[in-house]
Amino acid sequence: MNILVCVRRVPDTSENEIQLNAEGNDIEREELVYSVNEPDNYAVEEALQIRDRVGGTVTVVTVGGEEDEEVLRRELAMGANQAVLISDDAFMGSDGRGIATILKEFVLKGHYDLILTGVQADDGAAQVGGMLAAMLDYPFASLVNSISVEDGRLQVSREIEGGNREINEIELPCVLSIQTGINEPRYVGMRGIRQVASVPIPTLGAGDVGVNPVTVGQKAARVKRVDYFVPTRSEGAELLCGSRKENAEKVLELVAAKGGLK
Amino acid sequence: MSHIFAYILHRAGVVDDSAAELLAAARKIDVNTSPTAILTGCGADLDAACSSVRSLYSEVWEVGNDALAYPNAELVRQALVAILPRNSILLLPHDHFGIDLSPGLSVKLDCAFVPDAVAIDSIEHEVLQLVRQEFGGQVSDHVRCDVSMGAVINIRPGAFKAEQTAATSGVIVDKSSAVGSLTARRRYIETIIAESGDVDITKHSVLVSIGRGIQEKDNVALAEDLAEVLGAAVSCSRPVVDAKWMEKSRQVGSSGKTVKPKVYLACGISGAFQHLAGIKGSPFIIAINKNSKAPIFQVADVGIVDDILEFLPELTRRVREWRGVAA
Repeated sequence: MNILVCVRRVPDTSENEIQLNAEGNDIEREELVYSVNEPDNYAVEEALQIRDRVGGTVTVVTVGGEEDEEVLRRELAMGANQAVLISDDAFMGSDGRGIATILKEFVLKGHYDLILTGVQADDGAAQVGGMLAAMLDYPFASLVNSISVEDGRLQVSREIEGGNREINEIELPCVLSIQTGINEPRYVGMRGIRQVASVPIPTLGAGDVGVNPVTVGQKAARVKRVDYFVPTRSEGAELLCGSRKENAEKVLELVAAKGGLK
Repeated sequence: MSHIFAYILHRAGVVDDSAAELLAAARKIDVNTSPTAILTGCGADLDAACSSVRSLYSEVWEVGNDALAYPNAELVRQALVAILPRNSILLLPHDHFGIDLSPGLSVKLDCAFVPDAVAIDSIEHEVLQLVRQEFGGQVSDHVRCDVSMGAVINIRPGAFKAEQTAATSGVIVDKSSAVGSLTARRRYIETIIAESGDVDITKHSVLVSIGRGIQEKDNVALAEDLAEVLGAAVSCSRPVVDAKWMEKSRQVGSSGKTVKPKVYLACGISGAFQHLAGIKGSPFIIAINKNSKAPIFQVADVGIVDDILEFLPELTRRVREWRGVAA
């Protein structure tokens, strides 16, 4: 099975306090710790496990810039067969639909049985996989938390409310968006990354992929971000500023006062 | 102004809570609007759901089809493409169904898609301005979208409060015949209900809930020690389950359990909306997090900016002392 995994490099929200820049038109990106989008990492691991069970290849692709090569390199170190960077000035400011349009053209240039994305990235939109599937006329399932391969099709489980799971059968080729927790992604150390340091990562532009530049980028975006802002803290949240000991004392009092101690 | 539709989920004849929230969102777009509800399904369950949603919506489109007995997004999409007029605005909840359906639907309708809208700001010359959140809720942003050619908008569950409105008695319009035969290359097989687990976190009045800030499996004991002296249970957020440090049955959130404690100690939990969706009954929330920007501080009653790996043992010690004195 030939599997394509679409990944993205994002600021790691568990490692960073996200602040606005002085102009308020972007977040302050200096000194941010970036990493591969967490659900995407699970998607790569799932692709590698499927390949190791049934054979085939795993290709990792991202739409971005030179700086995004580091996440592709990381996924190569995990065991992906090849990585491709799709990059062009014409792609700047693309919305989710623009990204899906670029990926669609790339998919049509290859032969993939299965396309995986993470369920969502740092913008919390959860949109590119579903759009890509619709553009390709492939079936789609989101929030996938298990995959088993049966001849010519997959049985997938979707995460629905209350921890329940919805079981579906889906034909290939298809697009799936992968939820975190589906597997345990393997560890990648500096050594592993050094071992793939010389593996070439081809960069494809709009012309190579066959994207009409007027269908993507800032001008074609139907949903445009105006600005970022920090929501005002609600009235209720009182921050305790005492010593650790004083704060612990206060929490004990509060738990008792709210009927929490028996 | 484009006409506004709301896709209404229902199960066993009972309409989803999102029905009233989508109506509230529609009124934010246009205060004078009378949006149309669309329900798909089959048989008596669909009839019952359509009948009950008439108290909210003045017009209800009923799409009955045996293939739609279970809401398979691939089939619902085909039905909606068949019946929606051009340039419609369609509202859905941003839940496991809306995430499954809406992005692809917007492609098939060739219209804009706004995911996970938390507020609607303004509309001017058919350009709608909405509020979203990014980076795990740490930062919000305004987005603009021209809706003159229609749009699919996913509304965050719980973000729009259902308004008290005079009950209407809507008309039901049968749109079943506008939908031809439906086939998809994805078939629904069954739903597997979550296992209940060893501890029922839904029954506890105090929860010590841990998130990514617990950092490693061995540290879970810090929360268990505190829970023991408090007489509480340990629950957790998604990353702790993803890392296999706790069972799924301990997870609070839209994809886990819904809890109603009196006191909720959120320890190293960032406060993603999917997690907050699992906390009901307005408990007293005490949040402890190293990151002062964590969204949990926006909903907590009391917050402490501290490392839980240091704070939890301190609190456990303090409660032990108090227990000793009290005893």
